Amino acid sequence: MRTLLRIGWLNLKRDRVAQALTFLLPVIFFSIFATVFGGQGDDATSRIRVAVVDEDRSEVSQRIVEALKAEKALRVRLTAAEEDQGTVLDRAGAEQLVRNGNAPVAVVIPAGFGAAFMENGFGGGASMQLLADVSDPIAPQMVQGLMQKVTMTAAPDLLMTGGMRQFERYAGTLTPQQRAAVDQWLPRLKSGASPGPSGGAGAPMGVAVTVVDVMRTDDRRGSLISFYAAGIGVMFLLFSCVGAAGGALLEEAESGTLERLLSTRIGMTGLLAGKWVFLAIMGCAQLTVMFLWGRIAFGLPLFDHIPGFVVMTTATAAAAAALGLVLATLARTRAQLSGFSTILILTMSALGGSMFPRFLMTETMQKVGLVTFNAWALDGYLKVFWRDAPIWQLWPQVGVLLSLAAVFLVVARLLARRWETA
Amino acid sequence: MNVLTVKDARKAFGEIKALQGASLELRQGELLALLGPNGAGKTTLIRAITGRVRLDSGEIRLFDRVLDGARTPPELGIVPQEVAVYPLLTARENLDAFGRLQGLSGGLLKDQVGWALDRTGLTDRADESVQRFSGGMKRRLNIACGVIHKPKVVLLDEPTVGVDPQSRDRIYDMLADLANQGVSLLVTTHHLEEAEARCSRTVIIDHGRVIASGSLSELVEQTVGRHRLVTLRLDGPFSPASGDVSDFAIDPADPRVLRARMRDVALELPPLLAHVNRAGRIVDDVDVRGPSLQSVFIHLTGRELRE
Repeated sequence: MRTLLRIGWLNLKRDRVAQALTFLLPVIFFSIFATVFGGQGDDATSRIRVAVVDEDRSEVSQRIVEALKAEKALRVRLTAAEEDQGTVLDRAGAEQLVRNGNAPVAVVIPAGFGAAFMENGFGGGASMQLLADVSDPIAPQMVQGLMQKVTMTAAPDLLMTGGMRQFERYAGTLTPQQRAAVDQWLPRLKSGASPGPSGGAGAPMGVAVTVVDVMRTDDRRGSLISFYAAGIGVMFLLFSCVGAAGGALLEEAESGTLERLLSTRIGMTGLLAGKWVFLAIMGCAQLTVMFLWGRIAFGLPLFDHIPGFVVMTTATAAAAAALGLVLATLARTRAQLSGFSTILILTMSALGGSMFPRFLMTETMQKVGLVTFNAWALDGYLKVFWRDAPIWQLWPQVGVLLSLAAVFLVVARLLARRWETA
Repeated sequence: MNVLTVKDARKAFGEIKALQGASLELRQGELLALLGPNGAGKTTLIRAITGRVRLDSGEIRLFDRVLDGARTPPELGIVPQEVAVYPLLTARENLDAFGRLQGLSGGLLKDQVGWALDRTGLTDRADESVQRFSGGMKRRLNIACGVIHKPKVVLLDEPTVGVDPQSRDRIYDMLADLANQGVSLLVTTHHLEEAEARCSRTVIIDHGRVIASGSLSELVEQTVGRHRLVTLRLDGPFSPASGDVSDFAIDPADPRVLRARMRDVALELPPLLAHVNRAGRIVDDVDVRGPSLQSVFIHLTGRELRE
């Protein structure tokens, strides 16, 4: 028994990859998931981007807008460009922002909202609209709740004025003494009005909010499947590209075919180019099979989005194949490759949204996720299948993916020099 | 005519000096054996010729052109020590692939694949997956893939390692056939008897230096000379009678065995037999051996090749 323990210990002690997989990988994953799900410090929750359109421009609507802007959980945008730049948003512009994925929700305060509110109070015809992208299941619910809160807390005096009018309409006019008491109380209410989250008393009733699903989800249930197809597809694409690239280079180095190939006319650059093209084609085939299955089994609207799918799949497979070559040229052995790739791919997949949607992560983690190409690939597929974006709108994602592919290929070429000449 | 010349090749990997001034020449149509114990520098020298190792100093010329090490010249064919073929492909597919990578196409490629299959005796199994081949068949295919493009010079690193004697003979028949066609072949091997029987010349390398080169007879003359090694096996332990003088040695591991080096066996063996007779022993067996490459090798390196 002692001998077996000693052999096991010596093997582990001398195998750094095994040590990393045993001790480092779980810690890395724990840290990533703790950061993603647990949140940290001031960035504990993601600030939800909200486009706000004030069609009413009344005192009530302006107070609500100010209160929404003061909410720490929201990042309110009133203009077409960010940082309050550009023209003031209208309903169509706000809807486009939601459709494009620039904001998960838009709040529209329709004309006449303030008057209805003053005349009838809540429940008397004053209604706001929430234009929502329901692929984000949290933001619309959260914003809806905050709208109730800010309406209550932003204008308690106006709420009371409206309420007293209602009261007088149905219960009779106030006596002069009662009127004097109310008039004395209203300024105190107004001074206690909170434009922010620490507001005063709420009311048992709420403002009417109509949620408008701008993505027409009921008609396009299959489009949501694209998110999962892309997420899982990209993660496994990485695994298969790294595995195949490792097989292509490390196994060939071990078997001697690499030496033989290098003695032919193609040289290392030609060899890497050939491997890259093959891996990219295989990656395209793999993603196509995944999406075809999504079409057959889950109604994913693949055939309605063929051009976008082809563009995104080509760019994603090209980048994944190039990354596979980097890892294969970096690793000295297949054990090393397995260690590197497991850590890197699972980390990128966790950060990049393959395992857990990025829009549910904290804002910092969403930004961190952009260093992974999973995030860019998934954003691109969502644009194609969920947002029905035209191909030209894919340029940021395609640009980043192809740039990454170019950088990876250069790095792989440099690393591969070790096989050329000692 | 020398087709390949290595002059004063030096290469160090950190503290390890793999080549320390190695020089050799390969002549046209020659089958040259490169012998050396493990770590002697054989593979480094081969890799330097193919451009995989950049020399610290020295020069390699192929057909009077200095090789820059950037790329393997097309006149060179490489047969690595490993069976460097794709096991899931058939023999024909492997030959076709490596032929194409060497720039062959069309009818020429087809002809060359047919020629290679014929020369390797694999025509009947041409469309079978290589993973089903025996070790000898894989080795023959390995060589065929290295010569598919008809190179003028072929470097073979241990081409017969791990194969049975029949396959070895077949492989050397292939190599001899190539040499007869004017191809020059440099073969590293651990099999001294192969080098002795099949190669026209031998280069012995040790500690990164060429310590001898030439035909077997030249090497013998240069080293052990023309002596024969005579071994007598007796019926019991030998204890020489007092006063007898003879030039022989008793095997320390077996006192029944006597060994002697003789330039003229007819002249020198009878006195030794008489000597044994006087000691009261009967000779069970007599073995007379001429100088071999092994004796040359041991003389030069002080050790067996397999050490």
